[in-house]
Amino acid sequence: MWLHRYALLTAAATFCLIIAGALVTSHEAGLAVPDWPLSYGQLMPPMVGNIFWEHGHRMVAAFVGLLTIGLAVWLSRREPRRWVRRLGWMALGAVVLQGLLGGLTVLFLLPRPVSIAHASLAQLFFCLTVSLALFTSRGWRQERPLRRESSEPPLRRLAVATTAAVFLQLMLGAAYRHDAAGILPHLVGAAVVTIGTACVWGRVRKEHGDEPALRLPAAILRSLLILQLLLGGAAYWTRVATAEAPQPQLIMVALTVAHVATGALVLAASLIVTLQAYRRLAPREAQAAMVSAAEKAA
Amino acid sequence: MSKRTVLTILAIFLAAVLVGCSKEEAPAPAPSQPAATTTAPPVDMANAATITGKVSYKDGKPKRPPINMGADAACKAMHKEPPLSEAKVINDNGTVRWATVYVKDGLGGRSFPAPAQAVELDQEGCVYKPHVVAVMTNQTINISNSDQTTHNIHPVPKINREWNESQPPGAGTLTKAFAREELAIPVKCNIHPWMHSYIHVFSHPFFSVTGEDGSFTIKGLPPGEYTIAVWTESLGTQEQKVTVAAKETKTVDFTVTGK
Repeated sequence: MWLHRYALLTAAATFCLIIAGALVTSHEAGLAVPDWPLSYGQLMPPMVGNIFWEHGHRMVAAFVGLLTIGLAVWLSRREPRRWVRRLGWMALGAVVLQGLLGGLTVLFLLPRPVSIAHASLAQLFFCLTVSLALFTSRGWRQERPLRRESSEPPLRRLAVATTAAVFLQLMLGAAYRHDAAGILPHLVGAAVVTIGTACVWGRVRKEHGDEPALRLPAAILRSLLILQLLLGGAAYWTRVATAEAPQPQLIMVALTVAHVATGALVLAASLIVTLQAYRRLAPREAQAAMVSAAEKAA
Repeated sequence: MSKRTVLTILAIFLAAVLVGCSKEEAPAPAPSQPAATTTAPPVDMANAATITGKVSYKDGKPKRPPINMGADAACKAMHKEPPLSEAKVINDNGTVRWATVYVKDGLGGRSFPAPAQAVELDQEGCVYKPHVVAVMTNQTINISNSDQTTHNIHPVPKINREWNESQPPGAGTLTKAFAREELAIPVKCNIHPWMHSYIHVFSHPFFSVTGEDGSFTIKGLPPGEYTIAVWTESLGTQEQKVTVAAKETKTVDFTVTGK
């Protein structure tokens, strides 16, 4: 149980790290500290102006790195499932790579591909920590009969497609934030994610409303998406409305960072629905076998 | 997924990242002046012409928003009242400050040496002074920090080489130059996000930045037909064709709008 709580802490800290990174971008603080891995050659520079955001981000990142080392080691010693242990080491590899990308983006003066890769890998790493928190939970370990579903396409596929769409949408958002793409692809992505989420929510409500492991994350996904659409519209409006004002404007920063953070939560919720669909629903082949066995028995 | 597939994906990802990191200086843009610099005659200063005028704004006097320097107490303490944004400054006489008027075309293949005199760019009161700097290619820019707080200077050119250097209080002057012609290189301090400036780099000396009276003067022009352009930070750009005779002084006025 303590391992699960620790994994939850790591996921929560990673979410805070995503917020800290979003604050760096919104304050245009990415190059406030021109060196890396130290900050002005020190472990703790004077936290004035944008140095506060950039060095603060580095400090939160170091904390998350330490938590991830702890999680990987703990899993390797206590976790009986080999694939979960491997996932822990994968998370550690991802956080190391993420740190290197963060350093590259500073040393090479924010090249867009690196900045976008840094923002995208942050979301993937968050997915890994959320997955580990889920896999170490008591609910996940409980063995229950697999559920059957009759509709097409299967919820598993719908959920995977929606999660992939959310991740691509976050990449498009990062591309817009780093001036590598316009707003139009991000708007199209929002429409695709909305359709995917509506399909997932509709299917879960219709066929699996009595399964809390699916209903709860799907309901959260739906609510988060509504919030995310509102935040996206508001963030864009404030960006346009304050374009000529001295930057950064607090309202623009607050709404944009909230939009980035909620985007990460939408991804996490969609991922949990997907993983639970694979855990609690019978695959199509198994369903066919179950039907065949039932017919034979009859 | 096999180990080989995972390693291949990882290698492609790293390669893409490293390719993205390379920020080599872009090739020089197609110059507005013909490249054959050897054939053009030098400027005969005895017959040189002058173009003068002013840049006016016809939509009233917009309010300049105050800058919130609360992120750095040292910056805030330097001002009794919050300083105003320099992005759109309309003078009391209805003219535009920080407009840059320059010869865009018509100089033929003439080449001009960079002046020995350096141009000063200071960071004072956590704002750049002056807000707009115009230099020739390879002309020295002395960048100093008069504040008791650290700044970093980060020009973001599209053609010249990008750099980002910090300058703590009391540090020596940074000496920089840009090798290629480029209009309106944004300069920012990443520590203080309200700090913005622009550096224009020209391959000739025929440019002028307007001040508190919105006027400009371009001296020493050889007789001929020119395209004169004006750049402003937030009021757009304009061009005019102008023909000047030997020793002539011609007045050329621009009027920009907020739309």
